[in-house]
Formats: sequence, structure tokens, C-alpha cells
Amino acid sequence: MSLVILIVILLAGGLLAIFAQRLGENLPRWVSLATIVLALVYLLGVVSSLPPEHLTIAGAGDNWLIHLKLEWIPRFGIAFELAMDGLSLLLVVLTLLLGLVAVSSSWSEINFKQGLFQANLLWTLAGVSGVFLAMDLFLFFLFWEVMLIPMYLLIAIWGHENKAYAAMKFFIFTQFSGLLMLISIVILAWQASLANGAYSFSYFDLLGTTLDAKLEFWVMLGFFLAFTVKLPAFPFHTWLPDAHTQAPTAGSVLLAGILLKTGAYGLLRFCIPLFPQASMDFAPVAMAMGAAGVIYGAVLAFAQSDFKRLVAYSSVSHMGFVLLGLYAWNILALQGAVMQMVAHGVSTAALFMMAGAIQQRLHTRDMHKMGGLWHNAPRMGACALFFAVASLGLPGLGNFVAEFLVLLGLFAVQPWIAAVAALGMIGAAIYALWMMQLAFQGKPDEQRHFADFGTREMATMAAMMLALIWLGLYPQPVLDIAQPVVDSLLTLVPSLSDGAAAAEIAGVSL
Amino acid sequence: MNAADFQALAPLLILAGGATLIMLQIAFRRDTRLTAALTVTTFVAAAFSIIYAGDSAPRFVTPLLRADHMALVFSALFCIAAAVTSILSMDYLRQRGDEPEEYFLLLVLSTLGACVLAYAAHLASLLLGMELMSVALYALIAYPDKTKLPLEAAIKYLVLSGAASATMLFGFALLYGATGTMAFAAMGEQLLVASADNATLLVAAVMIVSGLGFKLSLVPFHMWTPDVYDGAPAPITGFLASVSKAAVFVALVRWFLASDLFRFEILIDSIALLAIFSMLVGNILALLQSNIKRMLAYSSIAHMGYLIIILVVGSNIAHRSLAIEAGMYYLIAYTATTVAAFGLLTLLSSEGNHRENVQLHDVSGLFWHRPLYAGLMMVALLSLAGIPLTAGFIAKFYLITAAVSDLRWILLGALVLGSGIGIYYYLRVIFYMTRRVEEHNSKPVAPGGFMLRAVSCALIAGILLLGTVPQPLMEYLGSILQDIN
Repeated sequence: MSLVILIVILLAGGLLAIFAQRLGENLPRWVSLATIVLALVYLLGVVSSLPPEHLTIAGAGDNWLIHLKLEWIPRFGIAFELAMDGLSLLLVVLTLLLGLVAVSSSWSEINFKQGLFQANLLWTLAGVSGVFLAMDLFLFFLFWEVMLIPMYLLIAIWGHENKAYAAMKFFIFTQFSGLLMLISIVILAWQASLANGAYSFSYFDLLGTTLDAKLEFWVMLGFFLAFTVKLPAFPFHTWLPDAHTQAPTAGSVLLAGILLKTGAYGLLRFCIPLFPQASMDFAPVAMAMGAAGVIYGAVLAFAQSDFKRLVAYSSVSHMGFVLLGLYAWNILALQGAVMQMVAHGVSTAALFMMAGAIQQRLHTRDMHKMGGLWHNAPRMGACALFFAVASLGLPGLGNFVAEFLVLLGLFAVQPWIAAVAALGMIGAAIYALWMMQLAFQGKPDEQRHFADFGTREMATMAAMMLALIWLGLYPQPVLDIAQPVVDSLLTLVPSLSDGAAAAEIAGVSL
Repeated sequence: MNAADFQALAPLLILAGGATLIMLQIAFRRDTRLTAALTVTTFVAAAFSIIYAGDSAPRFVTPLLRADHMALVFSALFCIAAAVTSILSMDYLRQRGDEPEEYFLLLVLSTLGACVLAYAAHLASLLLGMELMSVALYALIAYPDKTKLPLEAAIKYLVLSGAASATMLFGFALLYGATGTMAFAAMGEQLLVASADNATLLVAAVMIVSGLGFKLSLVPFHMWTPDVYDGAPAPITGFLASVSKAAVFVALVRWFLASDLFRFEILIDSIALLAIFSMLVGNILALLQSNIKRMLAYSSIAHMGYLIIILVVGSNIAHRSLAIEAGMYYLIAYTATTVAAFGLLTLLSSEGNHRENVQLHDVSGLFWHRPLYAGLMMVALLSLAGIPLTAGFIAKFYLITAAVSDLRWILLGALVLGSGIGIYYYLRVIFYMTRRVEEHNSKPVAPGGFMLRAVSCALIAGILLLGTVPQPLMEYLGSILQDIN
């Protein structure tokens, strides 16, 4: 029940925020803050009450910390089934923490209908948490689609100048690919029902369903498309720069920090385990897409003059590493992919918060109109530098660990693709430093006066810096939590049992 | 006929009695409020009478009508939809017609026609029901508003619908010539012995398919739809788009089942073709509209395209009951959603001037000054788009499940493509509704009586309930399938 309560807290907090606006113009953001803190405390309380050995590597046979199953639509064997393992826990915690960042970054930005804004923010968090917890494919699809609506409203109502176009494009891309996934889900459940005699949409019942090889490929492709559109992988990334650029700051933080991660999570949890053979055969294509995304994102990021667009394209580049890591399919690369999900979530959220802060102060996102900001606002400059070098993969910070692991794992499988992807890290250095140069260095405009970061903003930034340093210097806890999922993926295909050898390498290098 | 026969016909009898009563009331004393109250009472009584009528179902009442649970469920659905339509119409009429009592009378008659269609087991009752429904609709379209647009729409509908009926009737005559019967069940047996390449049958089939295609506004028989929808008063458009289509479809399903028309491959293939055309053309043309009524007209074409997929899937006996179940669920969800969407347009158009507020910019900012109505529209549009938590999603899920189990990949492809296109124009309305107040200048002020608010809330709740707890209805629909076959 605890997982249901978690989602209900977020949903109810949203309703409360709407009503709170009647009492005080600024009350909703406090409600929102309190709700997320409450959810976080509740979640940690529940987790800490679990037997501790469940959280360590290879917990007593069962990877699932909490598992709940209620009848819902027995006509089709659909159940309200939520479950949490280490990966889900990691991502839900990330979701809630970035929710706090989103609330902080929108603290003084939103003046129009604050209550509804905070409600949509909380509902997005609820939807995303649902995605990370749902274990019934029908329920998963429901959360997958429903979380788009508050996000759509965030962009469409509080977005910038071209919000209609961006919100629409975002929704249509994800919705259309979602429909393909729905058909795949139905085909899978139908095939399983032929074998088992009854419909079921439960992940655990569908796992290990054998399909005709040709059908398996097409069904896998439906899932793959939905997830890679969300990820986004080249060439399905075109919605992302628009949506990120036009979204309000909190929207960008949520989009980059957690919505993109749902795509990676879907691949890791559903697409690969449900269709191991087809995924195996498809891996070269997926890896090529990943490498292309890494390079393409980096090159296009360099060509941008819009601060937010630059960060958006850098996301395309970084998420390419996730795709590479997942389909390289060995322990190092998979660990790297999970690590990248977390590290990228934090570093990009911080950069978007920075972009939002600049836009709020200067009313522009054009980097050519900035220049010398460090002089006006040294604290902002220092923060920006930190996250820029985190983004380019400076050793000692989380992103480096992630990308290094992915490249290491990938090299064992596809040395050439690894070599190409490594070029992306050079690209990252170029665009990140270029961004610093344009916006923060150079001749300052003496006419310009604006406030530097205040306590609230510095506190948020400091928390994210600490997180990245922690991830960079001592990543082992995250790797341990993700270990069971990675292990279960490696046991899927017999030919991968040499993953044991890779595990040895992991032991040495970490 | 014995008492049980009358009992099984209770909804029809109540509607007919109500119509007579209203007629008498109008003759003696004109009072809009009284007429409206009588009308709503009639509809509600007819809807609830199915509980009583269900006791003696299923049975044939004369060779013309078959009272089974499918007929009863859809009669109740049509009556509820008509009741909602009449409640929504009150304010609309108050601003327009000077003596609008006959409007309600016509609505009752039209609903009676729809219910007869739901009972039809014979070509004669099919035609009777369809004509009763359509003739009342011709008048309803032109009645409340004496301006040019509704008149034009009524004439257009009268001429085209008349032509379609005549074509269909000719087809019936040929069919009678070939089989010697007009009862669905007997016809099935006759068709079994008739040779498959009988030219008379082929011509009859073509004529009937085009006639019914017109009534369901399937591409390429859809030309009338946008103009008539646009010209008709908003509440009537809602009735036309939901009840009149659902009724024809129910009759069609009954005919297919009773005569086992699923055997004829040519027929099934041409229906599949109509479905593909309707899904694609309907959705693509809806993209180009800036008038919400026209947009919904094209979207209804697309939805009928989705719906007739189930006739194609039903051709495989193994999946027939799933297909019919899916079709019934889809019809119920579609009716509720369409009534809600047009209900909102009715509410917006109920203000003093004679222009209807159905352009996109008329709903601009609605979210901020009429949150309840905007919520109603949003739920309806999301349901039409098939987003989860709404009735439309479960309906689409049903449809996809049916199509997948029969391996209809091309139809599924068209469905996905059509739905993908559809999202754009549904979302555009939502986007306009969420525009900030300072970004627009026209600001329709809709009335907000208690009744209207209650109906809006009920519609929202209904659509969301069908979308979140569909199990009871699914079970019920599954259980009534037995006495249909």
C-alpha cells in the first residue's frame, strides 16, 4: 500500500495547491514544497523499515522490495500492480529530489495561476513515479500517457513565446509513439494469452513469453520506438529542443531531469527483458543510433546561440550514452547507463535552472546578448562553471564515472562505435566551454545590474553540486542498488554468460 | 401479443405515450418549462423501464422487433443521451425560438425512432425506425433558429438523406426479390442457399451499403456531414452525431449477427476499405477546420471508421463475441463523449446573440473564466483522442485488442495513423482554452444554472468512471452477448 500512498500524497498535494491559492497568492509553492518533502520522507521511512539486506547486492533471491497487486479489470487480467526494486527506488528518489529543484527554480518565476502551476508540477511527479513503479503493462501505459497531460499544460500555459508549437510537438511525438507501444503491449498480452489460456498484462506473467521471431521483432520495435522517442535518441529527438526551450524553468528541469529517464527506464525494464533475442539482434542498430546521437547532439549544441537550446542538444548527446550503455549489454556499460541517468538528471537540471535564472534576470536566452556575466554575478558564474565542467565529463564528478563506464563496457563489444562515441566527449568540452565563454566571460556590460543568486538558489545549487561530487567520488552505493537489475539482464541471454568475466573487471576497476 | 410482449416493449411504449402526452399538453397550454419537464421525465422513465422490461427479454415481439438485452441497453443509452440533450437545450432555446415546445416533441419522436432501430429484427422495422428518426431530425435542424444556415442544413440533410433512404429501400426490395423474406434471421438461411455470385444480391448489397454508409457518414458518403453539423443547432448536432449514428450502427450489427452477413468476403472487404478511408480522410480533413463543430463532424467520421473495424473482426467466428463487445463499449463511450463535447458548444452558444460560439477563438481562455465547462470539454476531447483515464481510451483499447486477435494489421495501421493525426486537432482546442485572458478579446459568457452544472459534472464523472472502472460494464456487456446470438 505504501507505494499507492506515495502517489496519492503527490496527487492530493496538487489539489491542495489549487485550493491554497484562494488563501494566499504565494501559499501554493509552500504546499508544493511540503508535499514533496513529505513524500520523500515517507518513502525513505518505508525503505528504511525494510530489512537492510534487501538493498545490498543479490538480496535474498527476490529483487523486489515492495510488491502490491490489486484486481482492477479482470476481464482482461489487468491488475493495479506496483512494485519497487533498487532501480525504481533510485529513480523515484531522483524524481522527488528534482521535484524540489523544480519548485525552487520556479519560486519567483511564476506569477500566473500559481496554484494550478504547482498542481501540474506535482501531478507530473506523480505520473513519473507511477511509470517507475507500475508493473502491469496496462497500468504502465496509463501512467506513461497521463503524465504527459500536466507536462503539456505546463508548457502550453506557462511556456515562452512559441509555446503552442513546442507543446503540441512534444505531445504528438510521445503520444504517437505511445500508440505503437500500446499495440505492441496488446499483441504481447494476446500472444501470452494464447499460451496461458487467460489474458494478463502483468510484467511477471509476460516475462519469458516466446514469440515468433518475426513478430517479436515488430513488437519489440513498438516498445523501442516509444522509449527512444522519449529518451530521445537520434533521429527522434526533434521535439526535445523545442519543448525544452519553450517550457518554463521548472518544466525544463522536470523534462530533462526525469521525463527523459522514463525512456531509458522503459528500455531497461521492459524492452530488453521482454524481448531479449530481438533486442540482441537489434543491438548494433541501437548502438549506432546512440553513437550518432552523441556526435550529432554535441555538434548541434555547439551551433546554438540560445542558452536553453544548447543545454537541450547536450541532453541528446548525453542520452546517446545511455542508449549505448544499455545495448552494449555488459555489466560495466549497464552500470554506466544507470549512472548516467542519475548524473545527467542532476547536472542538466542545474543547467536549466541556470538558464531560467538568467532569462528571468536578463529577459533573453541569446548568449550573444550576454557576456561578462561573471563580473555582474560571480556566484552564478561559479555555479555555471561547475555544472559546465560536470557536463563535459570532468573526472571526479558523476558524469565522468557514467560515461567512462559506458565507454569501457562498449569497447569490449564494439570498439569502433566506442571510438566514435568518445569523440562526443571532445565535442562536449567544446560546447560547454564555448557556452561559458560566451555567457560569462568577455566584456561585461556596465549598464547591466541584476541580483546574483540568493540563498534559496545557492542552497539548491549546492545540493546538486554535492550530489555530483558524491556520485563522482563514491559511486558504489548507486552501483550496488542497480546491481540486481543489471544481473537479471545479464542472465537473460545464454550467450552473455561471459558477463561473469566482465564482472571481474568491474570488481577490479571499482 | 400478450402482457410479456408489452412488458418487453416498455421503453418504446413510454416514449410513444410521452409523445402523445406532450402533444396534448401543447394543444391545451403552451408552457416551455412544463414541456421540458415532461420530456425529461419521459426519457428518464423510458430509460429506467429497461429494468422492468429486462424480465421478459429476450423474445420476439411480432416478427418485426426483437427485445433482447442489447436492444434494451441501447434504448436506455439513447434515452439518457436525449434527456441530457433536452436539459442542455433549454437555455439555448430560451434565447432563440419563440414557442419552442414542438422541439421537445420532435426530440421524443426522434429518440423513439432510434429505439425502434435498436429493436429492429426485420427490414421493415429498420426502415421505419430510421425514417422516424430522420424525419424528426430534418425538422429539428431547422426548427429553433430561423436563420439561413440551419435552413440550408435542413434542406441539405432532407434531400441527401431522402436519396440515401430511397437507394437503401431499392436495395431492400432487390434483397426481398432474391430471398423472399425481410426478417433478418430467415434472410440468413435464404442467403445460405442463394448462389454467391447472384448479380441481384450484389446490386442490392451495393445499394444498401451506400445507404447505410451515408447514415453513418463513412467516406466516401460523408460529404453532407460537416455542412449539416455546422448548420444544425448545437444540441441537435450532438444528438445527430451520437444517437442517430449509434442507432443505425446497432441495427447494422443486429442485422449482421442475425443474418450472419459476416460470411460474405466481398462485403467484409469493402467495409474494411470504408473503415480505412474514413479513418484517414476524416482525421486529415478535421485538421483543416477552425470551426469546432466542423472539426467534430470530421472527427465523428473518423470514429465511425474506427467503429466499423469490429464488423471486419467479427467475420472471424472465434473473435466475434469480443468484437461485438468492443463495439458496444465503443458506442457507449462515444455517445457519452460526443454528447459532452456538443453540450459544451451548446452552453457556449446559449447567449443572447444569434451567432453560435463555435469558432476556435470563442473558447479562448475558457479555462480561466469557466473552469467547469472547460474541464468538461477537456475530458471530452481527451476521451475522443483516446487518452487514458477516459472512456475513449478503454474503448480504443478494446478495439485494438479485437483487431490484434484477428491480425488486422492494415486496419490497425490506419487506426494508429488516424489517432496520431487526431491528437493535433483535439489538443489545439485545449490549447485555445488555456490561453491567458489578456491574449484574447472575445469572451463568451455562458449561463451557469444549477441543472447545467449538475449535468456537466455528471458527464465528466461518467466519462471518467467508464475510463477508470470499466469492469462492471464489461461484465454486463459480456453477459448480454449470450442472448443475442
